[in-house]
Amino acid sequence: MKKGTRLALIFGAIPFLTLVFALPFVNRIEPIVLGLPFVLFWILLWVVLTPAVLFAAYKIEKKHNPPDDEDKQ
Amino acid sequence: MNAALLIIFGTIACSAFVGIYAGRRVKMDLENWTVGGRRFGSLIIWLLMAGEIYTTFTFLGASGWAYSKGAPTYYIMIYGTLAYTLSFFILPELWKLGKRHGLHTQPDFFIRIYGSRFLGVLVAVVGILSIIPYLQLQLAGLGMIVEVSSNGAIPSRLAIILSFVLTCAFVYTSGIRGSAWVSVIKDVMMIVAVGVVGLGVPRIYFGGIGKMFRALIAQKPDHLVFPGAAPTMDTLWVMSTVLLTGMGFYMWPHVFGSAFSAKSDKIIKRNAIIMPFYQIPILLVFMVGFSAFLALPGLKNGDLAFLELVHKTYPSWFLGFIGAAGAVTAMVPASILVLFASTLLAKNVYQAGFNPSASEAAVMRLSRAMVFVITTTGLIFALFLPNALVNLLLIGYDGVSQFFPGVVLGLFWKRVSRRGVICGLLTGLAIVVALVFGRHDPFLGMNAGFIALVVNGTVAVAISLLVRPGRPQGTVHVD
Repeated sequence: MKKGTRLALIFGAIPFLTLVFALPFVNRIEPIVLGLPFVLFWILLWVVLTPAVLFAAYKIEKKHNPPDDEDKQ
Repeated sequence: MNAALLIIFGTIACSAFVGIYAGRRVKMDLENWTVGGRRFGSLIIWLLMAGEIYTTFTFLGASGWAYSKGAPTYYIMIYGTLAYTLSFFILPELWKLGKRHGLHTQPDFFIRIYGSRFLGVLVAVVGILSIIPYLQLQLAGLGMIVEVSSNGAIPSRLAIILSFVLTCAFVYTSGIRGSAWVSVIKDVMMIVAVGVVGLGVPRIYFGGIGKMFRALIAQKPDHLVFPGAAPTMDTLWVMSTVLLTGMGFYMWPHVFGSAFSAKSDKIIKRNAIIMPFYQIPILLVFMVGFSAFLALPGLKNGDLAFLELVHKTYPSWFLGFIGAAGAVTAMVPASILVLFASTLLAKNVYQAGFNPSASEAAVMRLSRAMVFVITTTGLIFALFLPNALVNLLLIGYDGVSQFFPGVVLGLFWKRVSRRGVICGLLTGLAIVVALVFGRHDPFLGMNAGFIALVVNGTVAVAISLLVRPGRPQGTVHVD
């Protein structure tokens, strides 16, 4: 696997860590943030941050995988 | 009331017109009909993908679950986000393969990668069996929305027949372009509807979203954390369900197939980055369900929470607008479902299974003819046998999710074997049927489909490792 793809996959794991595996630890009402129960705020937060995470993955992949190579595998 | 009727009929007619107009001056061959000639740019891909993802379930189901089950409804916001993350890595590779080999459908992919027509036909049949009940669900949802929002003036059956005859017409003439263009109307109306109601209702009844939640926490705090009002849907169920549905999302034949319609792999990749923003309106739908929980307690059918609350709160013309938005919201996904079910039947069941020498023009003609067959089948079930397919609907998502190992291993792992994938898929499907129909879902607190998926993937990998050679001769690999 190319270095860029490997780094991108690390970023790709973030939504799974935060939105799946962290759920048992955030399943509570307090503290209320932005008027939302904490668990719902947490979910909203990571849904909104996922585009940023994926954008970072996109940039890193582009930087480390030479463009000539991009269409082969 | 007349204004409401005008808005509903006007929107349905306008959508049909736009849909039919979309295919004008395009020479319709299979390539244009199913994948839009692989020429869709960023904007239209975004609208199309959002179009097929936001179904009547978004309106009725997400608010209905917030009303009757509470916190487990949060899963709807999560799984889409996981699916887009996966699609960032998977779809561009899939697109490249599709471009190189001229693939149109999901079974095309399986036949190309694994060189097995049996596998292709199996995938097509499971896909069609999952699509028909899903189509019926859209029809039923449409009927219900229009009937309630016209205050009974438009009976459910009339709404279903009228809008689906028109949907059938634009699928026939324009194929996927029709769906993509009508998505524009649908997305705008739905965002307006959800925005107005989702922000408005908590403000009108409670003075704001924060105050609404404070009132709910004072009354029934458990409703807002897992498992809410559904004891079998605790945190472990949510975790396994978002993993299953996140992986299964792009395995729906119509969602999978529409990825081929993009102009380039980069467009798909960039689209995956912005798609999660489209999950935010779902939060507003939850607000409506939670508001209804406090303002309209004791509804027998939680799925009506959204409509009943709008009915109670807004003037009738706005209810008509909601009805119209709901109707288009059913028409767009239904059109894509019909399109791909028809292509699967013609290309992957008839041509691949029975008549490999059929020409592409013949397959195209047959696909178009199948539009009527599929639409009629969906209508018959929706109108006369509303409960006949409930069991199929239960296993639809679990079923299509079982394609995931075959797709991912086929794209990224050279050693995967045809035999491994077939055994994994059959094992997964068998476990789904046994657990769901045996009423063991959830199983050990987890979604039964997820358990099946884990076993499926394990079997596929194990058999591929044990049985050599990796691939039968004559198949194509991604590199």
